[in-house]
Amino acid sequence: MPAEFIHILIALAVVAASVGALGLVMVWVERKVAGHIQRRPGPFEVGPNGLLQPFCDALKLVGKQLFMPNGADPILFWLAPVLSFLPVLVLFLPLPLGDGIMAQNMNLGLLLILAFSGLSVLALLLGGWASNNKYGLLGAARGVAQSVAYEIPLLLAVLAVSFQAGSLNLAEVVKGQGTWPWQWNIMTQPLAFLIYLVSALGETNRAPFDLPEAESELTAGFHTEYSGMGFGLFFLAEYANMAVVCAVATVLFLGGWHGPILPGPLWFVLKVSLLLLLMVFLRWTYPRVRFDQLLNINWKWLLPLAVANLLLTAFFVKFAQYVVVK
Amino acid sequence: MTRYIDTEQTAGDFYTHNFAKKAQEGTLILNLGPQHPSTHGVLRVVVEMDGEYVLRAEPILGYLHRMHEKMAEVKTAAQFIPNMGRVDYLHAMAWNWAFVGAVEKIAGIEVPERAEYVRVITCELNRISSHLLWWGAYLLDLGAFTPIMYAFDDREKLLDALQVPTGSRLTYSYFRIGGVAQDLNDDCLGRIRAFIPWLRSRMPMYKDLVTDNIILRKRIEDIGVIEPELCRRYGATGPVARGSGINYDVRRNEPYGIYSKFDFDIPTSELKCARGRYDVRMAEIEQSLRIIEQALEMMPEGDVLVKGAPKPSWKVPAGESYFAVEGARGKIGVYVVSDGGKNLYRTKLRAPGFCNLSLFGEVSRGTILADAVAILGSLDMVIPEIDR
Repeated sequence: MPAEFIHILIALAVVAASVGALGLVMVWVERKVAGHIQRRPGPFEVGPNGLLQPFCDALKLVGKQLFMPNGADPILFWLAPVLSFLPVLVLFLPLPLGDGIMAQNMNLGLLLILAFSGLSVLALLLGGWASNNKYGLLGAARGVAQSVAYEIPLLLAVLAVSFQAGSLNLAEVVKGQGTWPWQWNIMTQPLAFLIYLVSALGETNRAPFDLPEAESELTAGFHTEYSGMGFGLFFLAEYANMAVVCAVATVLFLGGWHGPILPGPLWFVLKVSLLLLLMVFLRWTYPRVRFDQLLNINWKWLLPLAVANLLLTAFFVKFAQYVVVK
Repeated sequence: MTRYIDTEQTAGDFYTHNFAKKAQEGTLILNLGPQHPSTHGVLRVVVEMDGEYVLRAEPILGYLHRMHEKMAEVKTAAQFIPNMGRVDYLHAMAWNWAFVGAVEKIAGIEVPERAEYVRVITCELNRISSHLLWWGAYLLDLGAFTPIMYAFDDREKLLDALQVPTGSRLTYSYFRIGGVAQDLNDDCLGRIRAFIPWLRSRMPMYKDLVTDNIILRKRIEDIGVIEPELCRRYGATGPVARGSGINYDVRRNEPYGIYSKFDFDIPTSELKCARGRYDVRMAEIEQSLRIIEQALEMMPEGDVLVKGAPKPSWKVPAGESYFAVEGARGKIGVYVVSDGGKNLYRTKLRAPGFCNLSLFGEVSRGTILADAVAILGSLDMVIPEIDR
């Protein structure tokens, strides 16, 4: 039992370190890609090609005064950023980087991820509610409506894959797929993949679905009043959440660590990076959707499609079993 | 008598108090601005909201009031020209022209022909730069971060060209009573000639990538419908009126300068919504390019400043006059009264943005906040012009 406990502690420490590193890398990538999309070089001055820019940003955030507005609820106000960041650490635990390379092998890995990613909306609500700011409140209200709505098609899309794989263990799902792209789940579940991708954007509050922090309407939405590391933690959690949804997409739909020639973990990282890049590209290309449109997309399109997809998958899985048994 | 202290009621200043009294129960008074990313400057809008819906909106002005009209009373006419560049910094040339035109009208000064062409070219270039900036900033309001960089890239070439004769890049005071300050030299003309095909090559890309984007179309179509009747009632002009199908353009309806010599269209749209105003502005860029092309071809040689042009201390003869030009935002009018003294007796500036903004309260009622921001952006306000 202590061995198990120590194992989890070490895993958490490693995850925390890699989330920090991931945040730094993603900040640089996002700014650099944004720069090139906008015909400018992006960060350039600090270090070669601005590589040290994220460190400066991080130092600046750490060094800034933590400010709390008048009338804010101090406990909830400071709890929110921590609460947004902590569940993220757990989310990385069941992700299989390669064959047998994972922090914690668990049977209900997928369920754990879905359950804990739901907590981030609580942090968002607390942050917006406790800061005694109307923009924050509006942002929080939007965030809750959006996250709750988009969680459903996300869940249904994910379930279709786990029906097919017959397991909620992420490593098992990957093992059910082959080396080549046509052996991946995206070939059998293209609709689920699309639904997942759109819902993931909504779930992580990334543009074009970044309504909770829509800066031209709500200045910064739920994190309007946060400064320094309070903001930094929200920021870090956003990038970590992006990495998690991309990693889950890789595991479920893109064959996880499978791939020719290159070693498994490299393939995994490569696929995740490509998905992350896609999210960055989307953000810097499209305008923001409106709130009612956002919910309409979800309730009128994604949800019925996801349900239909799930029912069809269930039918075919049962049918296949029936044929095999017979 | 019971007195209760409600933070909602006691917080804020005169405007919010005044506003809050009429509020329904369960609504939220939101103070957009004066520092807010989408009010482009220091406009303040007090909004009463029911959830995400706007029940009432009231623009509040005065945060950038610089007493331009009063300053006109303590300066000579020539000294006042730099002020005009600062009224509407995005279309400074048109304001230059409106004031200079009004003074010339009193004094009966004839402007040399080449100067007329130079005025048209610089004014139209400035209109393009204003529309480009509006386009980028509007998309920024709608959450698209990239177009503004492209718009600024194009605008940069334009500013580089205008910088040569004017010596400034934004707040031009280029026009003089009786002409313009400097002739367009070969460097500037070369830049302008290169700019026209460049912008023409970019416009299809903007249409494909931005205008036809489904998200953008869903955001700007059918919101902020302004009926022509409403436009007339509030005195809205420029792209706001033309986006509602009113074919009114000062350049065509009350031609000034040499605009009657050019062949150009007045784009209008029957859509009446934000999309209509968007389309009108994008089409106007092309029309301005056409005017510039023709002007460059027809431009004669000669002086750009009338012989014996007024000195700074020159006294405007007694009289009064009104001169209107078409700015990027609508009809710019300057009314000047002179009693023959050192300074002008009275100068009244008619800013199109003021009338266009006054629509906002009526149009934004019942929309959701995101739409209200989109409508506000589609009116294309320049706050210094509204406050003067």
